[in-house]
Amino acid sequence: MRWHKIYGLSLRHIYLIRSSFPRILDLIYWPSIQVFLWGFISEFFTVSSSYYNNTVGVILTAAILYDFLFRSSISYNMMFLEEIWSRNFTNLFIAPIKISEIIAALTMTAIFRTLIGLVPAVLLAIPLFGVSIFKLGIPLIFLLIALYIFGISLGLFVTSGLLRFGPSFENIAWASLFFLAPLGCIYYPIEILPNTLQIIAKALPLVHIFEEMRNILINKTINQIEILVSIAISLLYFFLGIVVFYIAYYGAKKRGTLINIGE
Amino acid sequence: MDIKVKNLSKKFNDLLVVDNINFTLEKNKTLGLLGPNGCGKTTSIGMMLGLITPTSGEVLIDNKNVDNSNRSDLLSRMNFASPYIELPKKLTVKQNLEVYGRLYGVKDLKNRISEISEDLNLNNFLNKKTGELSSGQKNRVSLAKSLINKPDVLFLDEPTASLDPDIGDFVRQYIEAYKSKNQITILLASHNMKEVERLCDTIIMMKEGHIVDRGTCKDLISRHGRDNLEDTFLKIARSKNEMA
Repeated sequence: MRWHKIYGLSLRHIYLIRSSFPRILDLIYWPSIQVFLWGFISEFFTVSSSYYNNTVGVILTAAILYDFLFRSSISYNMMFLEEIWSRNFTNLFIAPIKISEIIAALTMTAIFRTLIGLVPAVLLAIPLFGVSIFKLGIPLIFLLIALYIFGISLGLFVTSGLLRFGPSFENIAWASLFFLAPLGCIYYPIEILPNTLQIIAKALPLVHIFEEMRNILINKTINQIEILVSIAISLLYFFLGIVVFYIAYYGAKKRGTLINIGE
Repeated sequence: MDIKVKNLSKKFNDLLVVDNINFTLEKNKTLGLLGPNGCGKTTSIGMMLGLITPTSGEVLIDNKNVDNSNRSDLLSRMNFASPYIELPKKLTVKQNLEVYGRLYGVKDLKNRISEISEDLNLNNFLNKKTGELSSGQKNRVSLAKSLINKPDVLFLDEPTASLDPDIGDFVRQYIEAYKSKNQITILLASHNMKEVERLCDTIIMMKEGHIVDRGTCKDLISRHGRDNLEDTFLKIARSKNEMA
């Protein structure tokens, strides 16, 4: 073995990591998120082990709803990444298509990708674990709408990052959802979070969606205000996402990255 | 459609890539954009296509600025082919042509796909995935995509790069024939001097972001006292800056 060759090959990867902020962030990100998420889950089960007693399937329902959010956002990102990977990006942006039409097309297509992945999982959960998300009743539709809008909004933020930073932002695309998981209070109530984080968490629609899901399944009541709040916050992020996307697009035009983004 | 480029410049950070270029490409003419690698050709084409915002100056296509609200309307009458950009590899040739036909709002798309497939000999691999094609086949598909909307203005960036002489000649012949049958304005960026001599009415020579010379092929050759365009190109590329 020649050490200079090993060193040479290592250098190739060190240069790559050193030159890309998203790559460095990605390396730091995963262990930190795992610690946060599982730390809060552990704390919740330590102090409130009887919370989910006699309420079969709350955690699995939460997992399915979270996956719906995950799939919708990833579907959006994936479709955008496909254009970069296939080096079709320039063709797309010289076609007479408006940015609003691109956003609309991705938003509409993402729902198909999401449902293709989710429907079998939802149906499998019924015979395998006796858990049906349909137990949420009519509010399920509104919770899914809020989740979908928020998922698409995250997709818009990530695709804006892809426009701004290029393909090196791809790792963030995969990681974006996990970033919000600890604050989203998907598996535990908001009270588990420290007070300061609770304030931040309430600014996300996820807390309202998952608190309401638990409220329906555990208390058998429906808080319509909470559902409306979750949709309103999601819409707010959606419009913010559109603004950020436009800013990223015009920024990319200034930097000239639309013509060589796949390189 | 004609193209007017007025005082066009582009700076990336502190690097001036295109420096105050001016030219007019008349309707139904073919202009060759020549210059060594990194001279600003691709950036200039990017600005003409509305993909890059100029630092200063403007591009007028049919007297409309390409970088504002007319963009969609103008782009529907333009197109671009380059071996450096590709079509989705997992879609078949036919699916790709259908997608782009719809994006460009092509009427009677089925017939247009049949017509262009026939013209460019795509029929044998129309239902094959684009990623499985040879580079010569991909090149013809890319050309088909660029002509799907019967553009009034066509931008070609090295259309025969990496093609064998036979397919390269087929593409050049096709462009010549297409131009004689259709009203079309073409801007061609190429490093193939024979191709430029054959296809272009006028030539612009760029170097380090400037236009350093312009004229017909014959004018340029005689002005620089050379025997052919290749030698003329080499003389200009290796000389110190000469402003036109």
